[in-house]
Formats: sequence, C-alpha cells, structure tokens
Amino acid sequence: MKTVFERTPTLKDCPTHYCPGCGHGIAHRLIAETIDELGIRGRTIGIAPVGCAVLAYDYLDVDMIEVAHGRAPAVATGMKRTNPDKIIFSYQGDGDLASIGAGEILHAGHRGEQITVIFINNAVFGMTGGQMAPTTMLEQVTATTPKGRTAAGEGYPLQVAELLVTLPGTIYVERCALSSVAQVRNTKKAIKHAFELQLSGAQGLSLVEVLSPCPTYWRLSPAKAMEWIESHMTKVFPLGQLKGGR
Amino acid sequence: MTERGQSSRGGDKRVLMCGNEALAEAAIMAGCDAYFGYPITPQNEISAYMARRMPDEGRVFLQSESELAAINMVFGASATGQRTMTSSSSPGISLMQEGISYLAGAELPAVVVNVMRGGPGLGNIAPSQGDYFQATRGGGHGDYRTIVFGPSSVQELADCMLLAFDLADLYRMPVMVLADGILGQMMEPIVLKEKPRRDLPAKEWALTGAEGRPQNIVRSLWLGEGVLEELNCTLRDRYEQIQKNEVICEQHDVDDAEIVVVAYGVAARIVCAAVQKAKQDGIKAGWIRPVTLWPFPIEQISKAADELRIFLVVEMSNGQMVEDVRLAVSGKAPVVFYGRPGGGVPTVDEIFELIKQLTLRSKTPI
Amino acid sequence: MAGKIVINSERCKGCGLCVVVCPRKTIVISGISNKNGYFPAQTDNGDCTGCAACAVVCPEAIIEVLREGSGRVIVAIEPGKEKKPTLTKEKA
Ligand SMILES: Cc1ncc(C[n+]2csc(CCOP(=O)(O)OP(=O)(O)O)c2C)c(N)n1
Ligand code: SF4
Ligand code: SF4
Ligand code: SF4
Ligand SMILES: [Mg+2]
Repeated sequence: MKTVFERTPTLKDCPTHYCPGCGHGIAHRLIAETIDELGIRGRTIGIAPVGCAVLAYDYLDVDMIEVAHGRAPAVATGMKRTNPDKIIFSYQGDGDLASIGAGEILHAGHRGEQITVIFINNAVFGMTGGQMAPTTMLEQVTATTPKGRTAAGEGYPLQVAELLVTLPGTIYVERCALSSVAQVRNTKKAIKHAFELQLSGAQGLSLVEVLSPCPTYWRLSPAKAMEWIESHMTKVFPLGQLKGGR
Repeated sequence: MTERGQSSRGGDKRVLMCGNEALAEAAIMAGCDAYFGYPITPQNEISAYMARRMPDEGRVFLQSESELAAINMVFGASATGQRTMTSSSSPGISLMQEGISYLAGAELPAVVVNVMRGGPGLGNIAPSQGDYFQATRGGGHGDYRTIVFGPSSVQELADCMLLAFDLADLYRMPVMVLADGILGQMMEPIVLKEKPRRDLPAKEWALTGAEGRPQNIVRSLWLGEGVLEELNCTLRDRYEQIQKNEVICEQHDVDDAEIVVVAYGVAARIVCAAVQKAKQDGIKAGWIRPVTLWPFPIEQISKAADELRIFLVVEMSNGQMVEDVRLAVSGKAPVVFYGRPGGGVPTVDEIFELIKQLTLRSKTPI
Repeated sequence: MAGKIVINSERCKGCGLCVVVCPRKTIVISGISNKNGYFPAQTDNGDCTGCAACAVVCPEAIIEVLREGSGRVIVAIEPGKEKKPTLTKEKA
C-alpha cells in the first residue's frame, strides 16, 4: 500500500490547543500544504492574529510574527513593501479582521497590497468567550447577545468579502467553507490560488474567507456545527469566487 | 541606493535646514530603509521630505491610513530586520502607543519621532513639552521603557537620529526623539556628518524566510508560568545597562553655582540665555541640560544636589520632568518649578527674573 | 480492503468528524479514553477505500491514509486544474 495522505512537513507534528472539531486546525493544514506544494517555506512570512489562532506559529513551521489585534494587514504592508520578494500572508479571525481591524484590511485592500489574507469567519469571538462578532448571524445567541442578535440593536452581519470586492486594489476574493469534505477541498484550492497569485507577482490583495466552525461557542456538536455552516451561514455569506476566478 | 551611513546630501559642508528636514535627512543617512507616517502638524515637513527623498535613495516611503497603521507597518518592517521609523505629533503618538508597547514586548527596534504640540485632546499646534510623561514612562501598557532623546538644536536633532537608530538596533527596542514645533521649524546651519557607529550584532532573529534554518518567531505573548516574568527581567537588566551607559547630559558652571537651572529641548535654549544674563548680573548660576530624558541623568543631578543650591526646572508644560529632578535630588535641595503649558514659551526675562528672586530669597536668613 | 487509515489516537480529540464523513462507516468512537481524556476515533479498516475523506476533515491532521498501489499515487486533495491566474498583471 502507498501512503496517499499524510501530515505535510510545514504543519508541525504536535497537538493543537483548539477545541475538538474547531476549524482552525483544518485551515492551518491547508495553508501548510499549500506552502509545501509551492515550495515556498524558505521565503514565506506568516502573521498570526489575536484570537484563538494567536499561537498559529506553534503549528506552522515558517517564519511568523504575532501582532496586535486587527493590525495584521498594516504589519503585512510594512513587510511586503520592504521585502517584495517574500510571500506574506496574514491569518485573521472575524473579530480581528471585520471588527477592530476593519480599517486596516480596507486600506490594505484599497492600496492593493500584494499580500494574501486568510480570513476565518466563525461568527463569534472565540478566544474571549463567544461574544458577538460583526459577522454574527441575526438571532444567533452569543455571550453578548443573550437574546439573539437583532438588526435593530446590533446591525446586520457584516459581509467583509463583498465590501472588499468593490475595491480596485483587490484581485481575488473567494468565500469558502470547511463544512464538508468537498468544501474543504475547495477551500484548499482557493488558498493555493491566493498564494499563487502573490507568487506570480500579481498586483493586488487576495483574500480567502473561510466559514469555519466554532462548536464550542455555537454550542453544537462538531458534526452539527458543520451542518449549521451550510444551513445558516452560507445563506448570509454565500460561497463562491466573488472576484477574480481561478 | 546609497549605503547605510551615507546620504547623497551628507558630507562635511554646512547646510541650512529646518529641524524636521534635518532629522529626516539624518534618518536617511542612518540607513533608514522605510518610513511610514500619517500627516499631522507640526511635523508635516518630515513626511513631505521623506516622500521626495526615500524613493530617490531606493527606499520605502508610505503614507499610512492612520498612526495605528503606521506604527504597525513599522512593526512589520522592523521584524524583517529593516531599519524603519515613523513620525507624528502628540495626538498621533497617543494612537501609536499600542504599537510601541508591542515593539517593546517583541524586542523590535524602531525610531519614533514626536514633534510635540499642545494638549490634552486636540490641543493646539503650538510648541509644547507636554508629552514628557508619555514618552519617558513607557506611554503604552506594560512594563517597559523607551530610550528618549530631547535635543535642543537642529544639529543635535540630526545627531540624535543617527544615534537613535543604532541604540534601537543595539538594545532591540523603540527609541523616541522628542522635538517640538519650534525645533521642527527652526532653520539652522548644520553639518550632516557620519559619526563613529556602534558595533551592532547581526539580526539573527529577523523574519527573512526560514530557508535552511529553523523557524524564527517574533512575538510578545508569553502564557507559560514565569515566562513573561523572565522576559520582563531580561528587559529590566537591559534597561539597567542603558541607564548605566547611555545617559547624555550637558552641565555648565554647576560646581560653584548657587542656583542650577534644569531644562531640555527648546526650553534649554531659553534657559541658557537667561543663565548668561544672570551671570552678567553677578549671580552664580549654572545649568544642566538632559539630552537623554530616559535614561535620565539621575547621577549627575544627584551629585549636583550634594552642595546646597537651588534647583529651578523650566519646562513648556505644567511640570513633568520636574518630577524626575525631584527624585534625583531626593530631598537634598529645594526644587522650584516654572512652566508655561499649552503652547506658552517662557521668555529669557521671565526666567532671569525668577533666578534673581530665588537667589535673593536664598540669601535672606529665615 | 483497498485502503487503510492509521489514526494517531493519543492525539485524537474525539470530535467525530471523521466518523460522519466516512462513506463506508468504518470509523467509530472508542469507549476507552486516551491519556488526554478524549474518546478517540478507531477503525478496523473494514471497508476502507482509502478515499481520505476522514483525513481531509480531521482538525488535528492525525489520520494517515494508505491505498492499494496501482503504480500511480492518487493524492487525496487534487491540486486543481492549473488554470492561469486571471487578472494577473506582470510585475513592472
Ligand atoms: C486591543 C485588544 N482588544 C481586545 C482584545 C481581546 N480579544 C482577544 S481575541 C478577541 C476576539 C477574537 O475573535 P476572532 O478574531 O473572531 O478570533 P477567533 O477567536 O474567533 O478565532 C478579542 C476581543 C485584545 N487582545 N486586544
Ligand atoms: S473557541 Fe471556537 S474558535 Fe476557539 S478554539 Fe474553540 S472552537 Fe475553535
Ligand atoms: S479513507 Fe475513506 S473509507 Fe477509509 S476510513 Fe477514511 S473516510 Fe472511511
Ligand atoms: S477527525 Fe481527527 S480528531 Fe476528530 S475524531 Fe477523527 S481522528 Fe479524532
Ligand atoms: Mg471569530
């Protein structure tokens, strides 16, 4: 028998600190595989967010930095402008990117920074205990929306990908999900494409939004959380290549 | 692209420059690879100058969308081993405090220029020394220090920039250069000349891509028990080294003085003139001018306080450095404060009169 | 048995995602916990085809998949049709 699937070298051989069934682990693996398949470990610099994935550098075996909450696109800008030959990617949650860091991602996209952004949308602030994120669904119960989010009270879920599509500086925006085997495979293709664009010197920012389960704060089993992505999240956050097909 | 330590404008000849442009040119000479900043008065000449000059030298200039973004761009560039800086004025520096704290925590070098203006709030755009506390106390959250320069002439401003980049790299920490609107706008002839440089260690920690070596990580989060404490202690030891080795301070006629005036930056220029006037008047006056505000010249001032004499501290604020002077004097001598906040600039005569009064009073037996 | 998986059960968190996605239902959750207190996934590889669905969803990336060799190794995650990136401008 031949091994057809094994851990890729850039994904360190260690347990994660993530809850059972959390999407961060899957997303990390897809990034690690991409880096290895493209053979770019030696020229890649990753940016870990503030959020559950703050320790991403403990799992991804590339040069990495941990930055202030939401500021990853600015840090990436500083890196890429001074190191145009390096492959710079940021990994950000929805609190990080869509809430406190909304300004930074908007302007990095607006300037068309040649960076790759992996945006993990799990509709909550995982790290701080499941509070409302800008991406929280209407009626979704969180620690800070105990009766469910209302449009009148907290506004509608923020569709950052759609916002970024409108900017001339973004070249590729795709929304994927980790909700099934097929979707995970598709997410991998999208992530790889986003890295390939940067590698090819394409002039602009690419972003892959990943609808990712947080079973813990959705209070669902890992399997039910996957179903919830398809039944609820994709209704508000439709999947697809929103800009720049592959 | 010119080599580090050079600039196509540098050389032995005297050139007339305003403070803001001089510090910018000095940064280029220091080998600053990238400048990131957001416009704010009274330091806009810096970004305008950098926008012209940096591309000429094959380096990076970028106007950021905010000071928050600027300091984080600095954070990113610095992490890859580049020499980098930003500049702003008081309200913008407040916004940068998060990033400065992260720079300190991640042990990253960077140079931050604050051309101070009046505050609090939006304040005004007049010269001020109101950010002394913010600069010398760390400013942002957490247990850290920044090296702070308070130059008082255009030449010294340029010289401080050269040193600031070296010290930032040597000690792996953010260094601040404090100026104010007067110094920034003031035109003075200066010589942009290379100074002997420090021996700097290679930046083995830099993120350059882990080609053929283990991964490098730049971080400021340390959750394990005692791990952060260990980092804090390493930083403390480093800060002690700095306090021991890097104090710069000018002293004039202190030995036989009955009154010693302490001031920094532009205020020190006025103090210098007032002290000259007092001496012509027969008063035994001296003055001390800290150039590094942190590390503060504690020893120098403490030693001066061993003789009974009055200390007068003059600042363009309601009194901030005076607290450091009091700590250094440690009750050994009286410390009097005179300040003009909110853009007010003390005059030579105001200070001269004060010196006269204070020395007269001290002769009156109580 | 055309395929076979190896689960690093000491690192398994018992999330059960592999169980749900396996088309052959060859994976079950064990009744005996591992040293971290999780009930890990286990398999007898009964009808395993080596499709790698379980490995693709495993958040801990602890499933290795083997398949009967037919000369050509089929990678579980196809790299995708190598289309030229669109909207790509040459670097100036
Ligand atoms: C300036 C600042 N504000 C608040 C926090 C606290 N905080 C840490 S993570 C986080 C939210 C993270 O949510 P998200 O980005 O969605 O990541 P997730 O944990 O869901 O993956 C917050 C508010 C912080 N670390 N820094
Ligand atoms: S809280 Fe949610 S996002 Fe964070 S590790 Fe747990 S499941 Fe993942
Ligand atoms: S490889 Fe396919 S068939 Fe075999 S256990 Fe995994 S999911 Fe089931
Ligand atoms: S998916 Fe992975 S972690 Fe979850 S039960 Fe299966 S083997 Fe264990
Ligand atoms: Mg989140």
